[in-house]
Parts: sequence; structure tokens; C-alpha cells
Amino acid sequence: MKILVAIKRVVDANVKVRVKADNSGVDLTNAKMAVNPFCEIAVEEAIRLKEKGLAEEVIAVSIGEKTCQEQIRTALALGADRGIHVEADADLQPLAVARLLQKIVEKEGAGLVILGKQSIDSDNNQVGQMLAALTGMPQGTFACKVEIADGRALVTREVDGGEQTVSLKLPAVITTDLRLNEPRYASLPNIMKAKKKPLDTITPAELGVDVSSGLKIIAVEPPPSRSAGVKVASVDELISKLKTEAKVI
Amino acid sequence: MSILIIAEHDNAALKPATLNAVTAAKAIGGDITVLVAGAGCGAVATAAAAVNGVSKVLVADNAAYEHQLPENISALVAELASGYSHVLAPATTTGKNFMPRVAALLGVAQISDITAVKSADTFVRPIYAGNALATVQSSDPVKVITVRGTAFEEAAKEGGSAAVEAVSVVKSQDIAQFVSQQLTVSERPELTGASIVISGGRGMQSGENFALLEKVADKLGAAIGASRAAVDAGFVPNDMQVGQTGKIVAPELYIAVGISGAIQHLAGMKDSKVIVAINKDEEAPIFQVADYGLVADLFQAVPELADKL
Repeated sequence: MKILVAIKRVVDANVKVRVKADNSGVDLTNAKMAVNPFCEIAVEEAIRLKEKGLAEEVIAVSIGEKTCQEQIRTALALGADRGIHVEADADLQPLAVARLLQKIVEKEGAGLVILGKQSIDSDNNQVGQMLAALTGMPQGTFACKVEIADGRALVTREVDGGEQTVSLKLPAVITTDLRLNEPRYASLPNIMKAKKKPLDTITPAELGVDVSSGLKIIAVEPPPSRSAGVKVASVDELISKLKTEAKVI
Repeated sequence: MSILIIAEHDNAALKPATLNAVTAAKAIGGDITVLVAGAGCGAVATAAAAVNGVSKVLVADNAAYEHQLPENISALVAELASGYSHVLAPATTTGKNFMPRVAALLGVAQISDITAVKSADTFVRPIYAGNALATVQSSDPVKVITVRGTAFEEAAKEGGSAAVEAVSVVKSQDIAQFVSQQLTVSERPELTGASIVISGGRGMQSGENFALLEKVADKLGAAIGASRAAVDAGFVPNDMQVGQTGKIVAPELYIAVGISGAIQHLAGMKDSKVIVAINKDEEAPIFQVADYGLVADLFQAVPELADKL
């Protein structure tokens, strides 16, 4: 079985972004970029399945500008076998991303597709579900446990009230939640080896996908700011403030 | 305009998140229809029909919809969507699961987690963990939208008298099956709807120590939450997580105990009306958003708080 992992290049989770003065977007100039944390978990899960002998090949795909090849190399250093870079604008909408991935999934005949449940920049939480719809595959979103056996994936999902387990017939789409695994670090020799692993580049036009979207971002603004309040000296003062000043208890 | 809202429920009761979505629909304007898809969900349909502002309720009552499997629900919704200008669902784990699938089946974008309605085609949604708000405009024929509950008031549960209509469409498949669920049973209010929330972070040091928070929660009728650090450390289960990728809460009072205030945690609670932080590190970023900060050892301050309330 081939496992396809989709990864996104995003601003590092520890960077506090600022909105540009002209409200056209956020300022990412010189910001540290990284593999989206949920995608890192997806890569790790795919590699573990391969290490267990449940998959023969792990393919890492990223869609975006040339710079996202850095993140594909990271996935290769962690253990993915080869990479595919779809060269496109960095800010494609989820439906376009899902349509591009659909073509690659079909071309590669992937038996399992693992993605992060959401990217920490656009916070959409859509691509995995959309890909499942387009390919007609079942989906196991927000996964915290995955077991593969007898042509099916048993996926435990984190839901609002607790956990839910579903059984999916392969091929299937899985999106990762934070507690699925703890991603490994790439070793220096593996980082060197990753440089020699194959990485193909393809364009949306070559895949025959129209990446236009019905959605337009008109403005990006900072949220209303919240200023620090006061420090209270004791529990008594806290209770008194909450009762008489804030009137919330 | 006509709006279809997919009800959030557990086959027995209508969940409040649906009421927030009704208010968002009212802000868009137009006729509001609520779809209740489930099994043995007649009581939910009756409750939905009574909600103020709802003009019609569609009920798809079939075993195929019992567990809200996205493969079945999305096929049903996509078929029913024609004729509606908007399809809305609460941005819960259920709505987030099936709605993008609906959008893809319809070949349109989904607008995730809206926090404001500017007009029938223009909406506001948080990005970058709420560090920026994007205003987006959709030219799609059907707008598929998930609604952040805390951003809209709940519509009144009474005052409506919608017609209830059965839908006979059954969408099932053999590629995905429900196996089991383990839901947390709690006497406390639900985290996302509670008016007071007390959350613990890594500073709690262990799951047992969350009992300290329980004493305060009992006095205040509060729900108990946790930071991702506390969940990742295994202190408490994930359904207690407040943050960018956990639950979004906006109670009247949020008490953060032993929580440093990482960006992704703030994303889940910074719209709370009043924020209290109890932390022994006076440099902790949580104090930058707290209305009342108490620099103290939580193991002394929290029991004292419980005693004196």
C-alpha cells in the first residue's frame, strides 16, 4: 500500500503574527516557517505504518510556492520515500487543494491518505473532508488512534463529548489530531540522505485542475485588543472585585 | 434567500449550538429551515420546530443517520441543498466533520467558523489562532458555512411554530461504519455553553489536582476546562481542551489556573467577558489578557478561593 501525506508550509507555531498596515493580510516577512504541526503528526503516522510493514511507500505532497520544497525535504528526512511538489500560489483555497490532491491520489493509487486536521494559519479544517468527498473515500477525521487490518482502518476520533471509533474500508482519508503520536526529530544523516531522495514538481495545469475560488478575502484586520487589567493582592480582593466590580459571581 | 441549518443533536435533545446557528441565519436574513437527521429523533424535531425564527423543520429519521456519519449526512445535505442560498451548521466536531464534505460535493467553498455576518455574502472569520480576522466574500451559488457558537447569542427556544416535514431520502454506504463511542458523562454544564469556566494548565502538576478546581466549580456552577499542555501531559481527557484546536469558549467568567497563556490557548478563551488568571509566575503571558491577575501559588490560592466563595 502507498500512503500519501499532504503537508503544508506555515508560519512557525511560536511566531506571533501581525496584520499588515494596509489590511491585505498578515506580515510574514522573515518569519520562521515550518511544517504545519498537524501535518508533522501525519508524516509520523505514515512512517510508523511503514515501519510496521503495513505500507510500502510514503509519498509527501505539498502545494505552494517553491519554498515549500523545504518542508517536503523535512518530511523526506523524517522517513518519507519521495516527494511531490505542486507549484502554485501559497494561498490556494481548500477546495482547490483538495482537487489537486484528488488527481495525485488517483494517479498514485494511494491506499491511505493522511493529512493534518487543520493548518494553523488559515484554520479552515476542510481539505481532508473535501478530498474524501471528491474521491468517494470514507473519512476518519481528528484521529487519535489508527489501526490498519484486513483492508480496513479502525480510527478513534476526538469529538466534543469524548471519543468515537469508526471502521473505514480502504482506501480512506484520515486527518490527525494532536494526540495521535509524538513526531520524531530528523537525524543529521537522514537530513543529508533526504537531499538525494526524489522530488518531482508538477503544476495545477498539468494536473488539469482549475484552482480558482468563489471566495475572496476582502480584508484582514487585527482582533479587538484586550488590555491587561489589574493585579489583585489576595484571594479576598479577587472575590470582592468579581462580586462588586465585574459582577460575575 | 432561504437558509438550511443542520441541527446538532444526540437523537434525544437539540444541542444549544443549533440555536447559535439560528441567530447567525437571522443575521443573514431569509426563510430558515432546520434539518434534523438522525434515528428516533422525533423529540429533536419537535424542539427545533419551537425555536424562534424557524419556519420549517425537515426530519430525516433513519438508522443511516444515527451516528452522524459524514459519508451519509453529507450526501443527504448535498441532495437537499438545492434551492437554498445558504447551508449552515454549528462549528462543532460534528459540523466540522461533514460540512466540508457537503461543500466539496456541491463544488463550492466552505466558510469555516464565522464570527460575524456582514451581509448575505460577506462574513468574518478568525485566522492564525484568532490573531487576525479575515473578512471574506463568497460568489458561490450556495454558501456553505460553519458557525462559531460563542460569537452568536442563542435563539429563543420558544416562540416558533414551524411545520415539520418528513424527508424520505436515505443515503447509506458500506465503506464507513460506526463502531463505538466513549462519551464523558458529567453533571457539570457543557464547556462551550457554561457561563463560568475554570481551567487548569500544566501548573496543576497532575490529574488528581484537578479536584481542587472541582471544588471551586461546584461553588460557582462552572464547567472545567484545561489547556493543551495539561491534556498533552495526560492530566485530563482531550474533550476538556480549550484552545485553537480544542473548544472555543466565551463565558461571562473564565478562571485560568496554572496556565501560562500560549497563543493557541488564548485563541480559545480570549473572548470571555471577564478573565481571571492565577499563576505563580508574574511574567506569564496570561496576565496580559487577564482582567484580574493573582500572582500566587495555586495550591494555596485555589483551596482558599473554594473556601471563601
